[in-house]
Amino acid sequence: MKRSKAPAESPGSLPKAGVSRRAMLTALGAGGLGVAAGALGQSAVSGAEAKPAPVNDVVEFYGEHQAGIATPAQDRMHMAAFDLTTQDRAEVIALLQDWTAAIEHMVRGADVGEFGATGGSYDAPPEDTGEALDLSASHLTVTIGFGRSFFATQHGPRFGLAGRMPESLIELPHFPGDALEESHSGGDLVVQACADDPQVAVHAVRNLARIGFGKARVRWSQIGFGRTSSTSTAQITPRNLFGFKDGTANLKAEEQAALEKHVWVSGLDGGQAWMNGGSYLVARRIRMHIETWDRSPLGDQENIFGRTKREGAPLSGGTEFTEPDFAMAGRSGPMMPVDSHVALAHPSANNGVQMLRRGFNYTDGSDGLGRLDAGLFFIAFVVDPRTHYVPMQNAMAKNDALSEYLKHTGSGLFAVPPGIKLGEYLGQGLFA
Amino acid sequence: MKLARPLQFTAALSVAALSVTGCTTNEPAASGNGTISVTSTSDACTLSTATAPGGTVKFEVKNEGTQVTEFYLLAEDGLRIVGEVENIGPGLSRDLVVMAPEGKYITACKPGMVGDGIRADFALSAAPAGQSVSADRAELQKQAVTLYSAYVKDQTEQLLAGTKEFAQAFTDGDDAKARELYPAVRMHWERIEPVAESFGDLDPILDAREADLEPGQKWTGWHRAEKDLWPPATGYTAMTPAERKVLAEKMVADTVELQARVLELSFTPDKLANGAKELLDEVATGKVTGEEEIWSHTDLWDFQANVDGARIAYEDLKPLLGDSDAELDASLDAKFAALQKLLDTHKKGDGFTYYNELSEAQIKELSTAVDALAEPLSKLTAAVVK
Repeated sequence: MKRSKAPAESPGSLPKAGVSRRAMLTALGAGGLGVAAGALGQSAVSGAEAKPAPVNDVVEFYGEHQAGIATPAQDRMHMAAFDLTTQDRAEVIALLQDWTAAIEHMVRGADVGEFGATGGSYDAPPEDTGEALDLSASHLTVTIGFGRSFFATQHGPRFGLAGRMPESLIELPHFPGDALEESHSGGDLVVQACADDPQVAVHAVRNLARIGFGKARVRWSQIGFGRTSSTSTAQITPRNLFGFKDGTANLKAEEQAALEKHVWVSGLDGGQAWMNGGSYLVARRIRMHIETWDRSPLGDQENIFGRTKREGAPLSGGTEFTEPDFAMAGRSGPMMPVDSHVALAHPSANNGVQMLRRGFNYTDGSDGLGRLDAGLFFIAFVVDPRTHYVPMQNAMAKNDALSEYLKHTGSGLFAVPPGIKLGEYLGQGLFA
Repeated sequence: MKLARPLQFTAALSVAALSVTGCTTNEPAASGNGTISVTSTSDACTLSTATAPGGTVKFEVKNEGTQVTEFYLLAEDGLRIVGEVENIGPGLSRDLVVMAPEGKYITACKPGMVGDGIRADFALSAAPAGQSVSADRAELQKQAVTLYSAYVKDQTEQLLAGTKEFAQAFTDGDDAKARELYPAVRMHWERIEPVAESFGDLDPILDAREADLEPGQKWTGWHRAEKDLWPPATGYTAMTPAERKVLAEKMVADTVELQARVLELSFTPDKLANGAKELLDEVATGKVTGEEEIWSHTDLWDFQANVDGARIAYEDLKPLLGDSDAELDASLDAKFAALQKLLDTHKKGDGFTYYNELSEAQIKELSTAVDALAEPLSKLTAAVVK
């Protein structure tokens, strides 16, 4: 991406001319008319900015797949689940259209709405809430998905969607040790907003929630402050709150063939064909008993993960990206303990299936006992949760040495529709 | 019950007579911080020094070979293990910290974990002031293990006797008696919980909570009986006498099996100390939150029993806490006493206040006392294995 002083009119410009935060700066700097640079993957940054904003921090919105899945994992997340309060199909479509327009603005650093945060009537509340003014696009991605309850209630199909619910969108079973809380589970719709800047992510969810008033209300929302997965080989593997590198063996954006096989839905026809190019989002709020973990010996910690703490090398030797050798014998059993996290999560123990993990560390204050309510907000994208999540989670809940330090308190499964082209809205295929 | 995490109470390593083979290149000095670096390859075991001051001695063992290796510090006879570190994968490093007095020793790397290893003579000089080491430390460790083994055996016997009595009352439909026995008998289980949990198959059969189950899994053991004795007000179908009989008989049979297996166990000091820490973890995550006994609310009985078990392990290990760990010892003494004093305020007759009768402030107070003890207790293992 090159720095552009005079942004060109772009074919990707929106029907509604959003006011780009950066374009505004450009206008001031160049003394000319600022036009939002909506070109895909492009951002316009004025050379006259006092503090140069990072360039090229816009993630492509349009495409075969929604952004925020195989695109590089950002460091901050705000996810929210919504329940629809309307029973009207047209209103749901209108909501998705409005959300799509707002998302398209926000991901390129523009304000929501025609007049944005400050350009409208002095007597009306601003269209955009404004806290992201002066901030760059920050690689914001907003990804949406549909829960089971979107399609049907116990009384039957909703919104004329009979026969449209994908078979893979199951009711997740009770896993051993689950302690799910209603206030952190389920939802008709999910919105995953990820960005480099937490305020940009929160701004996105807040504005979508505002647009939803009268049609959808927030069921739960979760902030994640640090990514726990790398989704690109260019990223270093981050650490979870246990202090370990997790997700070393995660699927990466560069592994196209593996993504096709394990993440992207394809080959569906009839009422479910709208999911082709989509994926399934599994969200699990996993509270960690970090206090007891912190008291466990380093040797135990490493055996529980199956990796060394500092380097992240498998206990069978080598360095971080050395393949674990599950057959290598140690003094009393394999070098990679059979109940270690790596041994249980490895594709070789799961019929070769892989997940694209995109989780975040979280803390939500403390509980009544003076302990941090902290853990992992687990997010995974899979081609089919029945084969790519349920069996693995069952095995891990039963056998994973780590489970002793974990408590699943929230859960959600959502069908994530494919990406869209200019002029379409997210989830359009479902209503076609 | 905790989710399957088998603690390995394995037999102490028996070492066959080993003869001196191989030799090492001895470089003149230990590294600056007193750590002795050891490099193990397929055909060499290189120490940064062949002599060091006694007291607390730290080896940093790096495996530069292609096989799994081990490092041993052996007594002069080449037989008795003073300290060992196992399972060092290729390319990885591991530390060994031992507390050893002045004397002659033998070091050994064992690439491939077979044979006598690559051995060399090693010597420790007098320990620095304040680090006096009892020459019979191995004997003290043995005593601790013997004492604790006897305790575990005794608790298991009492658990079996109590389970039989409970099973009878439960089968007979004598609910009042069964309810009275339930928390009291379970205390024997809770005192040795990490040991019982080391049997990954018996633990879920005897102690699974309803939430621990997966769909289709048969629910047996104590908590199944608990729910029938303290049933929920609605939506629950009581067990028939025949069902009760089957459950009770299985509980007795499984406990007989537990007792037989416990007799086969041998312990090591680190397992005692880790077990004590884990008992406090159990309190912190299961009892102080009221999640263990959701129907009977007899969590404080379990709480007391977990603390009992941890205290016994600590007291058995206490002689190993020498001068250098006097501060830890004093801290543990004080924190155990403080927690017990607090628990005593909730005693009621032979038992305790029910968990659901505790105020939020009281629960928080208990939790704080548990955390205060658990922190120094987590340092016990490293202190006793030296």
